[in-house]
Amino acid sequence: MVEERKIRVLVAKPGLDGHDRGAKVIARAFRDAGFEVIYTGLRQTPEMIVSAAIQEDVDAVGVSCLSGAHMYLFPRIVQLLRERGADDVLVFGGGTIPDEDIPKLREAGIAEIFTPGTPTSVAIDFVRNRAGRDRK
Amino acid sequence: MPFDENEERRIESAEETWEEQTLRPTLEKLPERARQFNTVSWHPIRRLYTPRDLSDFDYTQDLGFPGLYPFTRGVYPTMYRGKIWTMRMFAGHGTPEETNRRFRYLLEQGQTGLSVAFDLPTLMGYDSDHPMSRGEVGKCGVAIDSLADMETLFDRIPLGDVTTSMTINSPAAVLWAMYLAVCEKQGVPYDRIGGTIQNDILKEFIAQKEYVFPLEPSMRLMVDTILFGAQCLPTWHPVSISGYHIREAGSTAIQELAFTLADGMAYVEATMKAGLDPDAFAPRLSFFFNVHNDFFEEIAKFRAARRMWAKLMRERYGAKDPRSWLLRTHAQTAGCALTAQQPYNNVVRVAIQALAAVLGGAQSLHTNAMDETRALPTEKAATIALRTQQIIAHETGVTHTIDPVGGSYFVETLTREIEEEAWTYLQKIDDLGGMVQAIEKGFPQQEIADASYRYQQAVERGEQVVVGVNRCVAEVEEPIPLLQIDPDKAAHQQMEKIHQLKKRRDSYPVDHTLDAIRRAAQGKDPWARDLLMPKILDAVRAYVTLGEIMGVLREAWGEYVEPAIL
Repeated sequence: MVEERKIRVLVAKPGLDGHDRGAKVIARAFRDAGFEVIYTGLRQTPEMIVSAAIQEDVDAVGVSCLSGAHMYLFPRIVQLLRERGADDVLVFGGGTIPDEDIPKLREAGIAEIFTPGTPTSVAIDFVRNRAGRDRK
Repeated sequence: MPFDENEERRIESAEETWEEQTLRPTLEKLPERARQFNTVSWHPIRRLYTPRDLSDFDYTQDLGFPGLYPFTRGVYPTMYRGKIWTMRMFAGHGTPEETNRRFRYLLEQGQTGLSVAFDLPTLMGYDSDHPMSRGEVGKCGVAIDSLADMETLFDRIPLGDVTTSMTINSPAAVLWAMYLAVCEKQGVPYDRIGGTIQNDILKEFIAQKEYVFPLEPSMRLMVDTILFGAQCLPTWHPVSISGYHIREAGSTAIQELAFTLADGMAYVEATMKAGLDPDAFAPRLSFFFNVHNDFFEEIAKFRAARRMWAKLMRERYGAKDPRSWLLRTHAQTAGCALTAQQPYNNVVRVAIQALAAVLGGAQSLHTNAMDETRALPTEKAATIALRTQQIIAHETGVTHTIDPVGGSYFVETLTREIEEEAWTYLQKIDDLGGMVQAIEKGFPQQEIADASYRYQQAVERGEQVVVGVNRCVAEVEEPIPLLQIDPDKAAHQQMEKIHQLKKRRDSYPVDHTLDAIRRAAQGKDPWARDLLMPKILDAVRAYVTLGEIMGVLREAWGEYVEPAIL
């Protein structure tokens, strides 16, 4: 019997924001839920995050940003993934994000935005159901 | 309170009777809501506190009088009867022009001090046109690239009459130099300039993560500013030793207290090592604590902090001047305690937290706005937050007497227990070789990460109630108006200004002053008497940009790379 491959998630902190409480909690919660988790650490450019995602062959990328730069950083990550042929990687995010930005981020290809107060289990279930579904 | 044996026995026997005849029948009929009650930091709280909890309490030693060692009851003899705390609202976004307007509005509304929020590129020492600044310019604070921006920021604000707090850490020396240069232009003499730079670099490695240089040069630059302040700016606070961010990163109240004092101890030790007597700089050290939801735990934390710092300064470091023993502190309500759900509830949370800060004896206070989980505050939300302080100050009467909770069996016991637990942490940090070594080993980082995860799990299991999130949830969330910021305007304007500035300015003093900074930074003697601050001042006067100065220091010292601690 072949052992089922663990879902691989890259948790990333794009941009200059140093607020890593949420990213660390999410990384730990995913790990405790049986995922393979890679945490990038701080101050990652979209290019660095996408390279790490491809190199680590992840199923999903979770990005966290509390500085207000999400409208540049999140879509840029999706765009670079597409350019590098990795558009099957699920991108989801969280942070200090106004409601009205959420539809725009979805349109740009971010699968879901989890705002403050979301239980980690909601994000975990979402990724479990969606990640790898479209993988070739 | 010490009392004679007869009195103690009388209380003990009355308590036993109460337990047997009154309490027990009630518990049999109606058990309590939980077997164990805890603070939000998991500190156990008992059913009742009585004089017996304080039987070995020594009033003059443990509490004393306001303005006297160990300052448990407050740092000043009259506290808020003499002067209400400084209402200092943290503000800043977009361009210096926009933030200047917000500052002048807040001063008109009765605010008594300024507090500058910088954007992330400024906090990280990058100019607005640096590639790392993309998407971040003017977003979470104001963008400052050069002295020209600082002149705009304080345009028509007389810097001899207000005090200014600047939340800036890695590049604190540079922003401080820019502020001093604006004061020079306004004709304000150095001995009339009042304010604070946060400049608390150790908590950046622990919590807020806006470090740039490795630990050792970071400490060198920080001590450089303390030495410069001691020489030239008698009324300035060169550091605000901050627990705020440690708490926001997920620590408990006790960890916040212990790690903050440990950071302060590291600064005192490093400055003394550089040859300064503690009394030459300790009176200018200031603090900054968080005020979270757990009302009495927070009050006790502030009281324990004052008592511990006084003991440390007097006993451990041998400071003789009573002003060196004072822990004077700014407080800010806990951003991490606000909820995105039912945001109007945050007004209530902030009011209760602010009241705890006042009962805890803070010297200045920032109250958060209800909308800050989603964006920078609107003017209306920030005004309500300021009004909250004004209502506490002028309507509640809590300011009429000093330390109104002093002597409460509960508060005094809790103050003592928090102090004891914090001493245990300080002992652990001492055993690791001090705070710098503890940070290198990842000790405070791991403690905070564990506490933060434990809290999240408690919320998700429903053990920790958060109204609107896991209890009393609304079916439909009503949206609230948020501050609208043009996403690119600040970046475009700042980039254009840098471009114009570099074309316009004289290049000789730019190269010359940068070279002087480079040579001093490369100097082998890390605690040289040849300070960097005057050289940085020369550079900012010549309109050298923040990014240029920090770039030279980055080349000389390298950059810190954090070990990932989950």
